[in-house]
Amino acid sequence: MLLKCLSELNGTSGAESLVRNFLRQQIEPFVETITIDKIGNLIATKNRRLSGPKVMITAHMDEVALMVTDITSDGYLKFRPVGGIDARILVSKPVRINESLVGVIGAKAIHLQKRRERQKALPIDQLYIDIGAKSKEEASSKVKLGDYAYFMTKFEPFGEGLYKGKAFDDRVGCAILAELLQRDYDFPLVAAFTVQEEVGLRGAKVAAYHLAPDFAIVIEGTVAADVSDRDEEGWVTELGKGPACSLMDKTTLYSPKLIKWVTDLAQQQGIPLQFRRGTSGGNDAGPIHVSKAGIPTIVLSVPCRYIHSLASIISEKDYAACLNLVDELLKDLPRMLGVSSIDKEENV
Amino acid sequence: MDLDYAMLGHLTQIFGPSGSEERVADFISALLSPYCDELKTDILGNLIVMRHGTGKKIMVATHMDEIGLMITHIDKQGFLRFTPLGGVRIPYLVGQRVQLSKGRIGTIGVEKLDKIGDYKLDKLYLDIGVASRKEAEQFVCIGETAVFVGNFIESGSRIISKALDDRIGCFVAMEALKRTKSTHELAFVFTVQEEIGTRGAQTAAYALEPDLAIAVDVTLTGDTPKAHPMSVELGSGVGIKVLDHSMITSPQIKRWMAAVATDLNIPFQWEVLEYGGTDSGAIHLSRGGVPSGVLSIPTRYVHSPAEMLDKRDVEAAVDLLVALLERPTEL
Repeated sequence: MLLKCLSELNGTSGAESLVRNFLRQQIEPFVETITIDKIGNLIATKNRRLSGPKVMITAHMDEVALMVTDITSDGYLKFRPVGGIDARILVSKPVRINESLVGVIGAKAIHLQKRRERQKALPIDQLYIDIGAKSKEEASSKVKLGDYAYFMTKFEPFGEGLYKGKAFDDRVGCAILAELLQRDYDFPLVAAFTVQEEVGLRGAKVAAYHLAPDFAIVIEGTVAADVSDRDEEGWVTELGKGPACSLMDKTTLYSPKLIKWVTDLAQQQGIPLQFRRGTSGGNDAGPIHVSKAGIPTIVLSVPCRYIHSLASIISEKDYAACLNLVDELLKDLPRMLGVSSIDKEENV
Repeated sequence: MDLDYAMLGHLTQIFGPSGSEERVADFISALLSPYCDELKTDILGNLIVMRHGTGKKIMVATHMDEIGLMITHIDKQGFLRFTPLGGVRIPYLVGQRVQLSKGRIGTIGVEKLDKIGDYKLDKLYLDIGVASRKEAEQFVCIGETAVFVGNFIESGSRIISKALDDRIGCFVAMEALKRTKSTHELAFVFTVQEEIGTRGAQTAAYALEPDLAIAVDVTLTGDTPKAHPMSVELGSGVGIKVLDHSMITSPQIKRWMAAVATDLNIPFQWEVLEYGGTDSGAIHLSRGGVPSGVLSIPTRYVHSPAEMLDKRDVEAAVDLLVALLERPTEL
């Protein structure tokens, strides 16, 4: 299963190559060209020779992880987060470094903590990764500064129609985009699997600039907070209610006209849709929509509980509905953009 | 000078929070079409008004959007939850009147607080006088935006209104376009989404590639009781920006603007703004860089429903903008 494989691959910001290679292999039979740009985005095109609007769909390949920044004299690894990670979830979690090495995130045991220490979450600089090494020399032979540590969560079906796994933000988008590439549309399509989203939307900025599309769709994993201790108005999105259409976040204010297009089409097709009701965070739409003279951009997201942690949960139904909705949007896009009949003559 | 303040009155009251500036653009288009050669709207919604000429390409940028709210949730009783659009001052929200895009007006209320320190955005709600979610949905849907209510009032030489930030800039640009005899290629850009990150100006500057850009926007003042020290006051002339968080004006531009003002006896004051930025921040970094300056209208109570400014400063701004556009620019 595509999503299972993607979820279990390791690839944080700046180190996306395993994900990129896998995706490349998956999409190769279905696309005309595949390139990797200078920052590392995987770019695939279809229907290059058709006229009509050039549509870019993006999903980011990188996941949040940890970077080894120091090795202590007794062989422990100090680290910093790559992307936004809640330090409170880290203690005692196993991690994998360099694909083969296992470590455990350690901290002072509760017995040894002072009362004041127990009342507060340990900050990241008081945590370390224990790889069982006895000395700096031993640790240094296995790990170098700048190596990454990843959560080790296995992908599993779970509950009723749910999936559990790591890195759903945004492997879920990568999986949907890879599936979409197997289908055919009547206009030039560019898929950009982007890098470095989690550390500042950097890959998408480069891709939008050099691809200069007429329209962009970003497929994301986003926060779901439909859990017991929150009132309904704080939920942002809910599992099982379909993909979430973004209204506003820290990087983009989405066009009301495009939101209406998405809403109307979802309703016509009977596809469940919800709004992303929170406005914090940002995604690749930020740099894309202000690239060059501006690019109309929408974002559809699959809701993820416990996002940016070692295990997230998504709903199979939301995944399918998101794929279905983007497919319907693509079919309707030429009409919406006012291109009544697409000229299929080759204009080489 | 004979400025059309009644028109300013209309302009301030049009609904136009960030992302929903169409009504402002329509109003400006209708008034400016006799004075320009071309009007167009770009992808983000910027209104670009061209007056063709043969000299330098000069971009004048003023933003149409005002701060406001976006509705994020409607509960069973029909109360709305919201998130700020732009620099909304959360502590002053309770009791304010808010107008939705379809016209309905409501009041902001607050949940019971155990202690005053619990006051936060997520304790606030908007009450639009309905009894159920269903009834509320006749007036608003999630994702729609809203603005604060603040009438336009002329009080002596002062003007009080909502959205003077930056309809006053739009007004100055419009009045300057009506008066200008410039032979330069002029692009008056009425920008979108300034309040949430100067996004419209960024794409407009890229598309236009101007030789010079002048933004007109409000600035703060230091002339009220125990104000943060700032040497800008109401009634002492148009501000020439030296610095804000988004830009430091190049010495040539500052000197040029001040020399023209001095030459024509137009009152001006140097403006050093320790907070915030404006469209020039995005424009001056476009492509290989664009020489950029800002004319500022000193304004008290910025981002409140009762912003206040002085007509004399507005007149100085129009005079200076007209003069700058007519000069040969050797920058």
